Amino acid sequence: MALTLLKRLAGAALILLGVAAVTFLLLYGLPADPAAMIAGRSATAASIAAVRHQLGLDLPLPEQFWRYLAGLAHGDLGRSYIQRTAVGTLIAARLPATLVLMVCGIGVEVALGLTLGVLAAVRRDRALDRAVMTLSFVGVSAPQFIVALLLLYVFAAQLGWLPMSGYGTPAHAVLPALTLGLLGAGWYARMVRSAMVDVLDRDYVRTARAKGLSAGRVVLRHALPNALLPIVAMIGIDVGQFMGGVVVVEAVYGWPGIGQLAFQAIQQVDVPIIMGVTLVSALAVVLGNLLADLAAPLLDPRIRAR
Amino acid sequence: MIAALKAMLRRPSTALALLVIATVVVCALAAPWLAPFPPDDQPFDGLSPDGAPLPPDAQHWLGTDTLGRDLLSRLLFGARTSLLIGLVANGAAVAIGMAVGTAAGYWGGFVGATLMRFTDLMMAFPALLLAIVLAALLHPSLWIVALVIALVNWVQVARIVYTETRGLAERDFILAERSLGAGTARIVGRHILPHLLPTAIVWGTLGIATTVLLEATLSFLGVGVQPPMPSWGNIIFESQSYFQSAPWLVFCPGAVILLTALSFNLVGDALRDLLDPLQRGRG
Repeated sequence: MALTLLKRLAGAALILLGVAAVTFLLLYGLPADPAAMIAGRSATAASIAAVRHQLGLDLPLPEQFWRYLAGLAHGDLGRSYIQRTAVGTLIAARLPATLVLMVCGIGVEVALGLTLGVLAAVRRDRALDRAVMTLSFVGVSAPQFIVALLLLYVFAAQLGWLPMSGYGTPAHAVLPALTLGLLGAGWYARMVRSAMVDVLDRDYVRTARAKGLSAGRVVLRHALPNALLPIVAMIGIDVGQFMGGVVVVEAVYGWPGIGQLAFQAIQQVDVPIIMGVTLVSALAVVLGNLLADLAAPLLDPRIRAR
Repeated sequence: MIAALKAMLRRPSTALALLVIATVVVCALAAPWLAPFPPDDQPFDGLSPDGAPLPPDAQHWLGTDTLGRDLLSRLLFGARTSLLIGLVANGAAVAIGMAVGTAAGYWGGFVGATLMRFTDLMMAFPALLLAIVLAALLHPSLWIVALVIALVNWVQVARIVYTETRGLAERDFILAERSLGAGTARIVGRHILPHLLPTAIVWGTLGIATTVLLEATLSFLGVGVQPPMPSWGNIIFESQSYFQSAPWLVFCPGAVILLTALSFNLVGDALRDLLDPLQRGRG
């Protein structure tokens, strides 16, 4: 067990190193020149060169990457070109807002997906099942920004129940969390349904029914726990998906998280921030998968026995 | 082929989805003839006296946008952009994914391991973030957006094709073929690729939905197809600040995007049921 964990951790570290290398190459190989951006529109060739030297951009690429990695080893993500602040500080200031959004969004997603999936499986091939499956397809096909604008239009602009944008009170979090959660719930409902359908046909479920347990107890106590495993793996993958999705949702709702930070940085070619946010997102993906793998044996004794 | 089409048409949802796709394709091809106005035309009566977009009326069926251009015409021409990117970007993504997956699955060993580790790496990238970064820094245009989407979307196809090729490469009929002296080109071209065709068709369809959504999202964020060339995403990007006073400008293109993506997803799903040999003969 300890060895497997060690192997997984080493693999995760390698992936992160790879992500850092690929992002670095991409950002420095692209035609956009941050030095020219910072020096401003009226800059002379000499002042651009000075900025380039000051930022260390005139060093050979491998040396720049090595410096970046050395900084990373000390927990230093570099300095923002524009804001002149440590990237680590900027991200740390924005991360809590994104985490709140992520936890609420995944909460909505799992709660809704589980309920609908179980209901669909129990009422298999009935009207309810068909409706849930159709809705889940709509959820997969709807672009996040349109759902975000639609919710904003109905609940904030027309009904006035919730604030248009901003951050701070629970009311501000409702629409962003719903946007992230409603769409994802479709996938969860599909997964839960197919896992439940599979489990409900097993002999032990028939036995449970035969010995006279109530339908609710059979479904919730006997069938559901066995259908949960794929869901846990999915939450792990989802953490990564969310890091991309927050860019859109934070942009529409003016939510001050790292998605906004990244989007502004992209427009200003503020390379260190882009690098930092990409790395944090990749870290979230890797950690999500790792946690899902670690949780699996806790949930399923059969995996523990292997 | 005909039987397959008939089987698909029997499901009402799939038949409806095919109809939607056919409509979108016709609209895209015939946009210059169908559109009531040129898409960039800004007629003097295209805005209300105080400069606001016109709501839908008899002359402008879906109203006009913030510059007084006819929304219906822009949507029709936008269909060209979205479909073109959907086909090109997704075609390229499926091709890259097939090439990487087949190579890794067939050769295995060092080559396979290296290719699949790289695929794992790409999976750890938040796809949307990567696409935004690339599109923004490369000075977005139609072809750059298509390229970016292809570079982000091939990963899933590669994984699935890899698993399938691994399974195929170990089967007896491949071994028999090899013992008869067939070379790599013959085995891959004549025996492995035909088996992968269903996967390519299914992903070629499902992927269009993903691509249309990604293009719309990039354009909505302002890093996709650039105005004045209309795309469903950038129509919303241009008018989102007006969405309270002129909601049709946001929700008409939104509905079109949703319907198109939903239709490609439904057809792709039906194709998967139809082409999956394990499912065949069951229902």
